[in-house]
Amino acid sequence: MTTSTAPEAALPLDRTRVPLLDVRGLVVEFDVGRHCPPVRAVDGVDLSVAAGETVGLVGESGSGKTTLGRAVLGLVPVADGAISFDGEDITHAGNRRRRQLSADLQVVFQDPYSSLNPTRTIGQTLSETLRVHTRTSAAETSERVRSMLEKVGLDADAEQRYPAQFSGGQRQRIAIARALMAHPRLVICDEPVSALDLSVQAQVLNLLRALQDELGLGYLFVAHDLAVVRHLSQRIVVLYRGRVMEDGDAAVVFERPLHPYTQALLYAAPLPDPEQQRRRRAMRLRRGSASTVVPAEACPFVARCPHAVDACRTHRPPLETTPEGSRVACIRWRDLRAAGAVAQPA
Amino acid sequence: MSAVPLDPEVPAQRPFDEVEPRGFLRHLVGQPVAVACLLYLMVVVLVAIVAPIALPDVAHTRSGDLAAIRQGPSGDHLLGTDSLGRDVLERLLVGTRVTMVGVAQAVLVVVVLGVPLGLIAGFFRGYTDRVVSWLADIAFAMPAIVMILVVLAMFPQSMPAAMVTLGVIAAPGLMRVTRSATLPVREELYIAAAQVSGLSRPYIIGRHVLPRVAGPVVVQVALVAASALLVQTGLSFLGLVVADPAPSWGGMVADGFQAITEEPWLIWPPGLAIAFTALALGLLGDVVRDAGAARWTPSVRRAPRRRRPGAVAAGAAQLAPADPEATGALLSIEGLTVAFDTPGGPRRVVEDVRFSIGVGETVGVVGESGSGKTVTAMAIIGLLPGAGQVEGGRIMFDGRDLAERSERELREVRGKQIGLISQEPMISLNPAYRVGWQLTEVVRRHCGLSRRDAQARALELLREVQLSDPEAVFRRYPHELSGGMAQRVAIARALAGEPKLLIADEPTTALDVTVQAEILELLRRLQEERDMAIMFVTHDWGVVADMCDRAVVMYAGHVVEQGAVTALFHGALHPYTKALLESNPHAAIGRERLPVIPGAVPKPGRWPAGCHFHPRCSLATDACRAQRIPLEEPVPGRWTRCIHHERLAQPKEGAVA
Repeated sequence: MTTSTAPEAALPLDRTRVPLLDVRGLVVEFDVGRHCPPVRAVDGVDLSVAAGETVGLVGESGSGKTTLGRAVLGLVPVADGAISFDGEDITHAGNRRRRQLSADLQVVFQDPYSSLNPTRTIGQTLSETLRVHTRTSAAETSERVRSMLEKVGLDADAEQRYPAQFSGGQRQRIAIARALMAHPRLVICDEPVSALDLSVQAQVLNLLRALQDELGLGYLFVAHDLAVVRHLSQRIVVLYRGRVMEDGDAAVVFERPLHPYTQALLYAAPLPDPEQQRRRRAMRLRRGSASTVVPAEACPFVARCPHAVDACRTHRPPLETTPEGSRVACIRWRDLRAAGAVAQPA
Repeated sequence: MSAVPLDPEVPAQRPFDEVEPRGFLRHLVGQPVAVACLLYLMVVVLVAIVAPIALPDVAHTRSGDLAAIRQGPSGDHLLGTDSLGRDVLERLLVGTRVTMVGVAQAVLVVVVLGVPLGLIAGFFRGYTDRVVSWLADIAFAMPAIVMILVVLAMFPQSMPAAMVTLGVIAAPGLMRVTRSATLPVREELYIAAAQVSGLSRPYIIGRHVLPRVAGPVVVQVALVAASALLVQTGLSFLGLVVADPAPSWGGMVADGFQAITEEPWLIWPPGLAIAFTALALGLLGDVVRDAGAARWTPSVRRAPRRRRPGAVAAGAAQLAPADPEATGALLSIEGLTVAFDTPGGPRRVVEDVRFSIGVGETVGVVGESGSGKTVTAMAIIGLLPGAGQVEGGRIMFDGRDLAERSERELREVRGKQIGLISQEPMISLNPAYRVGWQLTEVVRRHCGLSRRDAQARALELLREVQLSDPEAVFRRYPHELSGGMAQRVAIARALAGEPKLLIADEPTTALDVTVQAEILELLRRLQEERDMAIMFVTHDWGVVADMCDRAVVMYAGHVVEQGAVTALFHGALHPYTKALLESNPHAAIGRERLPVIPGAVPKPGRWPAGCHFHPRCSLATDACRAQRIPLEEPVPGRWTRCIHHERLAQPKEGAVA
């Protein structure tokens, strides 16, 4: 394990040009009934993840963030657009190609209870991944399982036990171990800590970061907890109703959110400090309801936006690049930026 | 065992789940009925194998002792003789094979057809599922008896033909059972994880899905076997599948039936053999189903009992008469101890909890899972799950001890005096009725209004919780509401009885931050308008900072700290509170590693001696391990269960590893 990580850790340097994961104009649709048009869960999203980078994907439920992750993994069909991994188009990769890809592309799910089969031992669950790619002897497999368990901070004896004997935090470590068995280069983390207790959440976040540093992993980190995303991500993509509202450097997006939706999202999260929170609460602006139907040609956020003008209702804002290098899908971003309508929260 | 610390995060509302799940077979063997059925069936199978070998001539004997036909039991013939003077016992034993082989043939066909088709239909769904289900529907429409008789007309005396036909016709039943058991398993994340791992679908179906659906499949197979037995004996009774001299249970019943007036005894041996075998299969099916369910359901079930008799005096005696501060409070909990019955004896999940809530005050009860915060809330309203009971302490509400009240009195308190909203608003709403109807019923019960007035009041309540279109929501079914709307409806319902105290058990945990902000805003406003106290159970420090006047921090069944929120955030008096606040990623932006608390919350029953937090605490000394740490009040209005709290006040020294 340790010998093979050195070259992998060096990869990011060589691959700064070609992103590890590149998603262009991705559309995912779900059928909702015979007589209804399909619902667009993901609607023309561009996104990329470089090797060794963490990209945070945030949004409310229904924003399409989980669906986007599942589309990259090949778990839901893609209606339009392209997904390429390491320069190769994998949008419609077949079963065989997917099987090979699974060595590079892995996942950690939110629910540590549902993501491990209760009828199989930890050793069986972890060694499965190896079966696909290599023929290894039982002894070697066991050795790799045990060393991986130790790497994620569990006792090697866990190999013989069943998931029911572990706590939520420990199960999430096991799920991470499973994802890393085949030495992937990109891990889709779908809310990996939101089901965990606060004290355990910090442990798992530290583990994810340590593993990234050691193995040069790229993370596509899907989460609704902005503090968690901010702690881990270099870049942030904000989704609303399947569309990118704003993306850019994590520090920039968090310190100076330009899109009214990003602002709404950021200021809605209560701060763990009574005075700061009181100030933040005072500056919250809100109107409209998330369930209001918005015409296709309008900005998707128009019904909830406190800064909406008539133009917002008649055409859909394109993603524009700001001087800070972020991209914002709001026609009023210049006004908002200049007016400082967005005082920074303390 | 000791190397990996086990399981702290069992959700507090289900503490008895930590009862080690008993293995399927072990559970089965623990049941006398199951053992009896299994032994009986093993004997039958053994006889089916051995008897024809030990008694090779019986199957070919056309007649026996013609001088002694149709006799009852005697020394020579233990079970008597049949119409042709043959020994009934011998024929019964030898006939077992043909009967069992018939059952086995039918069961084999059912399993071979039903299980794979069910797995495939449930796993792949969509088009495959539709085709398989369609074929099954056709098979269901076929008259089984007629089909078997037609097949027997083509293949006279062919038992395999008859039993295979039966199997084909019965297979769709098993297919359906397998399919519906597969559908939920298909949605489990470990299936998706296995797909991402590149495992082949046959492998996933065989290794991941099949073991999970085995329980219901086994039950269904036992039932199929029982009915195959009845069909097989029925056909041999009619003489359709077993040629004459060979014995079979059904044929023997037929023989006894012809002689029923002369020797009624003759139908009993084969009749009882058939009945017992069918019964054994059916009972075994039931027990197997229970054994399967036993892995998921708590093993201790009994009527809720509020207080352990005898413990009342002991619990109450330690308490001084209610102190002056507490008497002014709306709710005052003193020394509350709650235990759950487990096979290993009562297990405490909450111990010596004390705090109070004043009129119109918002108190946050903060803790991780396993801290006992939800159990405390449930104890207040007398809704502890089945095996839980209050062991000691008092729950004074409005001058009376709730722990002493009867279930009937409590029903008056719930809703009218104390409202409850929970994390899952959908659970409190019945999916079969419209929101308006349910709300109207609640209003009528609490306020005794006429239907018309109650309806008006229900609508008003929906307006009060700021639903954008209350009339539309009134007419909707719960599944037509979003999470935020459902929580507003749940709040409206909790407010129907004008409660003085609202217990909010993680009401925003399942909601988006934007919706959470709105719900918190709503609760804040409602509280001001009604001067209602709120007990806010949560694990989110942000929510505590936003909502609460005071906070009660719980850890492993203890209240470890209590005090005004501002003071608590600025200088915790317990190392756990301090460490938990520091491990929040909010506070650690830009830092490489988050400060963490090593280890995990201990499960109830595995609490360490002394301070429950000492194994994870950097300040721990021998004194923390040796003695029970009392809850002290070093600063007026602030309580801590830590003997080293002065050291926390000093900068840097209190850092937890």
